[in-house]
Amino acid sequence: MSEHIVSPKIYLAIFFTLMAGTALTVWAAYQNFGAFNIVIALGIATFKATLVVLYFMHARYSPKRTQLVVICAVFWLAIMLALTLSDYSTREHEGRLAAPSTPRSLLV
Amino acid sequence: MHRTGELYGQFKTLDQQKETAALGMWVFLVTEVLFFGGMFMTYTINRHAYQAAFGVGGNTLDLQLGGFNTVVLIMSSLTMALSVWAAQVGKRQLISLMLVATLVLGGIFLGVKAIEYKQKYDHHLIPGHSFDITYCSKNPTACGIDEKKVEEEKVELEKALAKDPDLNAHAQLYFSLYFGMTGLHALHMVVGAGLLLWLLKESFARRFTPEYNTPVEIVGLYWHFVDIVWIYLFPLLYLIDRHN
Repeated sequence: MSEHIVSPKIYLAIFFTLMAGTALTVWAAYQNFGAFNIVIALGIATFKATLVVLYFMHARYSPKRTQLVVICAVFWLAIMLALTLSDYSTREHEGRLAAPSTPRSLLV
Repeated sequence: MHRTGELYGQFKTLDQQKETAALGMWVFLVTEVLFFGGMFMTYTINRHAYQAAFGVGGNTLDLQLGGFNTVVLIMSSLTMALSVWAAQVGKRQLISLMLVATLVLGGIFLGVKAIEYKQKYDHHLIPGHSFDITYCSKNPTACGIDEKKVEEEKVELEKALAKDPDLNAHAQLYFSLYFGMTGLHALHMVVGAGLLLWLLKESFARRFTPEYNTPVEIVGLYWHFVDIVWIYLFPLLYLIDRHN
């Protein structure tokens, strides 16, 4: 077989990095960075997830077409999140309801 | 069912066959990403709309249990990855040993999750008729928290109530999402545990060799994906408002 075998050393290194990331995210959660707390938390989570995908899931050593599928997943998710969030954040909201109100022009 | 690793007619080499199988699993995982993505989207929008209630809700979660579970799950990913390695280099006993370790760690995760759910039940934090976000500050002995902490919690609740008079309703929204998301994640773990049991059966039957270990590799992909979901769930559910 010509497949790439990832050595246990790399797995262990990734494992300890993930542990450090977990400790860091807990520490960061108790600091007051204002609006950036959520950004930092998601940044660390994304870093950890990337390591898992690249090494534990072997994406780094996979054929190009598999890598394309992985990138497509992230890209599609990004489209879905960006379009939905832009819709929610630019519409008028009715009082304390989270759901966007019907556009005014349709009501008249 | 061909589980022994002979070459199917449509493939040229075993390598190509294995790559195709892994690609199929990845395509399935793409649908899972979008599926969980929808839940994260729902969470984000509601969290943005009801920040006070979601902050109070998140701070009721037990960070020690959640943190412990995060460590356990990442460890199980390590043992799963080592099991794949053992299969690739033909260490038969190590495959089974690492699979058992993964299974045990997965079991510990689910057990801790059950303890957390029970705690929420005792603290009247299951969405529904008897839901009461103020229950623990009113009944500190029932929740087993000391007086100093109670005062802190009361201050936190009053601040939140001042921002959001409908705190109890919106905290239920948080807990609905909490149970929905962690519940779905736990369901994926249960499915993963079933797959691990099947791998173990095959491993004991000495099916896996350096030439044929596709099932270990593919179940590994699934297990790591479930780990990634938790990597996002942990900060979003447990840590969002700890700094207040």
